[in-house]
Parts: sequence; structure tokens; C-alpha cells
Amino acid sequence: MKILVCVKRVVDYNVKVRVRADHTDVETNGVKMSMNPFDEIAVEEAIRLKERGLASEIVALSIGPAACAETLRTALAMGADRGILVEMPHSPEPLAVAKLVRAVAEREQPGLIILGKQAIDDDMNATGQMLAALLGWPQGTFASRLEIVESAAKVTREIDGGLETLRLSLPAIITTDLRLNEPRYASLPNIMKARKKPIDTLTPQALDVDVAPRLTLLSVTEPPTRKAGVKVDSVEELVAKLKREAKVI
Amino acid sequence: MTILVLIEGEAGTVKQPSRSALAAAARLGGNVHGLVVGSRADAEAAARLPGLSEVLHAELAHILAEPVADLIVGLAGDYSHVLAAATASGKNILPRAAALLDVQPISDVTEVMDEETFVRPIYAGNALARVRSADAKKLLTIRAASFDPVPATGGAAPIRAVPIAESAGSAFVSAEIAHSERPELTAARIIVSGGRGMANAENFHLLDKLADKLGAAVGASRAAVDAGYAPNDFQVGQTGKIVAPELYIAIGISGAIQHLAGMKDSKVIVAINKDPDAPIFQVADYGLVADLFTAVPALDEALANAP
Repeated sequence: MKILVCVKRVVDYNVKVRVRADHTDVETNGVKMSMNPFDEIAVEEAIRLKERGLASEIVALSIGPAACAETLRTALAMGADRGILVEMPHSPEPLAVAKLVRAVAEREQPGLIILGKQAIDDDMNATGQMLAALLGWPQGTFASRLEIVESAAKVTREIDGGLETLRLSLPAIITTDLRLNEPRYASLPNIMKARKKPIDTLTPQALDVDVAPRLTLLSVTEPPTRKAGVKVDSVEELVAKLKREAKVI
Repeated sequence: MTILVLIEGEAGTVKQPSRSALAAAARLGGNVHGLVVGSRADAEAAARLPGLSEVLHAELAHILAEPVADLIVGLAGDYSHVLAAATASGKNILPRAAALLDVQPISDVTEVMDEETFVRPIYAGNALARVRSADAKKLLTIRAASFDPVPATGGAAPIRAVPIAESAGSAFVSAEIAHSERPELTAARIIVSGGRGMANAENFHLLDKLADKLGAAVGASRAAVDAGYAPNDFQVGQTGKIVAPELYIAIGISGAIQHLAGMKDSKVIVAINKDPDAPIFQVADYGLVADLFTAVPALDEALANAP
């Protein structure tokens, strides 16, 4: 079984983003970029399935500017076998991403596609579900455990109130939650080896996909900031303030 | 203009986030229909909500994204907007339906500007994006913490049964749902939340007594959940639950931006942490620099004795 994993290049997890002065977007110039953390979990899960003999090949896919090749190299250094870059000037909306991934999936015929449940830049949490819909495949979103048994995926999902386990026929879509695994760091020898692994470059035009955006970003603003309050010296003072000043207990 | 709102029920009640989604629908104006996938009792609870002119009811033992998305697509012709609360279930279903309708959904809406313009947080709530949708239909998930829920009663909408197909590719196997007497995190007036500072799962239960005294829900930071101190559905933050209670008490939580994203809209924030430089103090109304293992029992006692 071939596994396709989708990796997005995003502003690094540890960066506190700033809104641009003209309110057109957040500032991404000169900011550290990394693989979306949920996508690292997706890559790791694919590698573990391959290590258990359940997958034959892992193809990593990224969509966006040429610099996304770096994100693909990271996936290759972790253990993916080859990369596909769909190159375009900007990272498109989830609907367009889902259409592009569908087009790649139709060429590659994977048995499983694993994606992060959300990207930490737009926080949409939509691409996996949309891709599943477009392919007509079942979906196991927010996965915290994945097993492949007899050509089906048994997936445990993080839901409101606890956990739920579903059985999905393959091919299927999995989106990763935090508890699925802890991604490995790429070793230096593997980083060197990854340089020799192939990355194919495609375009939306070559895949015949319309990526025109549906949403217009009118403005980006800072959220109202909270002012730091006061420090209290004792538990008694805290309780007194909560009762008499804040009146919340 | 008619709006369809996916309403989540549970044991003959409507979940609070769905009542917030209805509040968002009311901001759009127009006629509002509810869609309940579940038991007849859940549909009857939805019919009692104010402001609905009809409740559509599909009977299904286990809610799976595939048949519910197909159902929404089948019904969508009659509606200008389809809304769901941004719960695990809403987020699972709505984007699937949107793709089938060739619509770019808008997730986690915190403000309705007009019928095509919405505000949503991006980058863990460090920025707010105002977006306008050019799609013929709008599919939205609503951040419950940003809309005061409509009351649970006051209406008497007719219920119409709609057929739903069985899922072909997916099947329910099992669920592990924690049952608690405490309020749900997203509906609680007070939340007591613990972080890595709790040090282990046993200590985490120190918070139970405090929560019970306050009638509070218990939450956790990602660090506490990852370390196994608390179950996953306790997680408050960018990728967990988004809450905005009257009082949020953060205990042994340092305050990573991803955690702040989930609770910084709380009315009053209290932080108890032994590190005076912990970022949580930058958003706390009341900060107490103290070892939580002495402060929490002292807080239990002070609440019992306070006039």
C-alpha cells in the first residue's frame, strides 16, 4: 500500500506572529518557517506503518511556493521516499488544496492519505474532511490511534467527551491529532540521504485544477489585548478579591 | 433567506454550543430551520428552542460524517447558510458537506458582520481575520464561546422526519465517553484548569475538590494531557476546546500561546504558579505566585471559610 502524506509550510510553532501595520495580513517576512506540527505527526505515522510492513512507499506532498521544497526535504529526512511539490505563489484555501490533492491522488492511487487535522496558521481544520468528500472516501479525523487490519483502518478519534473508534474501509483519509505519536527528529545521515531523494514539481495548471479563492481577506487585526492584573499575596486575599471585587464566586 | 443549523442533541437535551450556533443564526436574520441527527427525544428538545420554524429529524444511532454530510447536501438547495457549532462533531461534518457543495467553509466564526462577511481567529487567536465569502451558499462553524446561547425553551417548532442513508465506508466500533457530574467545559461558568505543574495524574485530582466546591468544570493544558495527567477532552487551547467562562483558574499552567488561545476571552482569569515570570501572569486578572501544592488545599479551605 502506498501512503500519501500532506505537509504544509507554516510560521513556526514558537513564533508569536504580528499583524502588519497596514492590516492586510500577518507579517511572514523574515519569520522562521517550519512544517505544520500536525503534519509532522502525519509523516511519523506513515513511517511507522511502513516500518511495520504495512506500507510500501510514502509520498510526501506540499502545495505552495518553491520554499515548500524545504518542508518536503524535512519529510524525506524523516523517512518519506519521495516528494511532490505543487508549486504556486501562495498557499491556497482548503477547498483548492483538497482539489489539488485529489488530482495527485488520482495519479498516485494511494491506499491511505494522512494529513494534519489543522494547520496552525489559518486554523481551518477542513482540508482532510474536504478531500475525503471529493474522493468519496471515508474519513477518520482527529485520530489518536491508527491500526490497519485486513484492508481496513481502525481509527480512534478524539471527540467531545472522550474517544470514539471507527472502522473505515480503505482507501481512507486520516487526520492526525496530537496524541497519535511523537514525531522523530531526522538524523544527520538521513538529512544527507534526503538530498538525493526525488522531488517532482507540478502546477495547478498541469493538474487542471481551478484554485481561484472563494474568500476575500478584508482585514487582519490584533485581538483585544488583556491587561495584566494584580498579584495577590495570599490565598485569602485572592478569595476576598474574587468575592468582593470581581464578584465571580 | 433560510438558514439551516445542525443541532447536536444528547439524552433528550440540546448541547449548549448548538444553542450558540442558533444565536449566530439569529444575527444573520431570516428563517431558521434546525437539523437533528439522533434520537426523537433530541429532536423534541430542539423543537422547544426559540426561533426555529421547523426541525428536520433524521434517526441515526451513531453520528458518522459521511451520511450526515450527504444528508446536508441533499437538503442544502433550500438554504442560503448552513451552520454548525465548531465542536468536534461540527468540524468533522461541515467541511465534508461544504466540499460536496463546492463551497469553501468558514471555520470558527466569532463574529457575523453581515450575511457574507465574518470574523474568525487565525494563528491561535493572535490575529483576527475579516473574510467575505463569494460562494453562493455559506457554510460556517460557529465558535460557541463568542455567542451567548439562546435559551433552551420558548419555541414549539414542528418536526419533520427526513431519511438518512447508512454509511458505506465507515462503521462505528466503540466509544469511551467519560461521564461526569460536573458541567461541560464549554458550558461551565467556572473552570479550574491544571497544567504540567500538577506533576502527575494522582495530583491532578487535587483539582476535583476545588472544582466541586465551585461548581466548576475541570480543564487541562496540552502539556498535562500529553503527559497523561488528564484525558484528552479536558484540553483547553488552540487545538482543544475554546472556552470563555466567567472565571478561569489556571493552576500550574505556564501559559503557552496555544493555551492562551483557548481561554483568553474568559471574563476573569486567576493564575497560580510558582514561577513569577510565567507568561500566564500577563493575562491574569489575579496572580498568585505560590506552590500549588500548598495553595490549592489553602484555597479549598479559604472557600469553605469565606464569609
